[in-house]
Amino acid sequence: MTGPANLIFYALAALTVGSAILVAILPNIVYAAVALLFSFAGVAGLYVFLSADFLAATQVLVYVGGILILIMFAVFLSNRISDVKLSNPARFHWQAAFLCLVLFGVLSYTAVSTAFPVKPGIVYLPSTAEIGELLMMRYLLPFEVASVLLLAALIGAALLSRPEGGKGRAADMEEPK
Amino acid sequence: MGLDKLLVIGAALFCCGLYTILTRRNAVAVLMGVELILNSANINFVAFSHYVSRVIGGQIFAIFVIVLAAAEAAVALAIFLRLYATTGSVEVDTADQLKG
Repeated sequence: MTGPANLIFYALAALTVGSAILVAILPNIVYAAVALLFSFAGVAGLYVFLSADFLAATQVLVYVGGILILIMFAVFLSNRISDVKLSNPARFHWQAAFLCLVLFGVLSYTAVSTAFPVKPGIVYLPSTAEIGELLMMRYLLPFEVASVLLLAALIGAALLSRPEGGKGRAADMEEPK
Repeated sequence: MGLDKLLVIGAALFCCGLYTILTRRNAVAVLMGVELILNSANINFVAFSHYVSRVIGGQIFAIFVIVLAAAEAAVALAIFLRLYATTGSVEVDTADQLKG
């Protein structure tokens, strides 16, 4: 990797990490959610550099398009709209910052100092077809289990978010007489 | 570019997520920290799959992590809405009704 590609890589890395830091420190939760969007988009860009094209598209579709919308819904449904300031209170600043910085130092030192057996000749190939074949053959059982899990999550979320008593209970959903 | 740089990026994302989880009192913000940590794990999976492994099993694992994150976010949102309807706020300190 030389020249512009290197530059783009560092720009994406800065976008990802900088937005993640903003998520951690911004006092307004709506701003934090928007910073999370940029962090997810930066991670999708990093996937492209790792020849994971399908995963980059999935990241944009599921994280940026789905999970972030869910988080925004949660933010706006769980704060009183009359409050002008959507607050995001915090505590334990110094202890948590110390712990995280020490952990980051240890992890970075380990990552840089360890000699991983990197394979020679990194190649960039499209991975979508291979992922499809692997999901349908070698990883078929986890694939089916994931579909059952999604169904369970769907039913569970619908059940949990139903209002308590009165409307929406099973008895009210019968045919009107 | 290189495996070590990507691992450092993953470590930075993990620490930001951990800081978010430790300091925030709003449950939705805690969920954001969890998502950051899942992303950092995904970066590590895909980086090792690209640089070290000869098969793309790491990408398959990352896809399953994304599926789990989506399911988790949906259920967590439902729980938060229920918590808000019950206690009037989504601060994690107020949800102590099960405490003996």
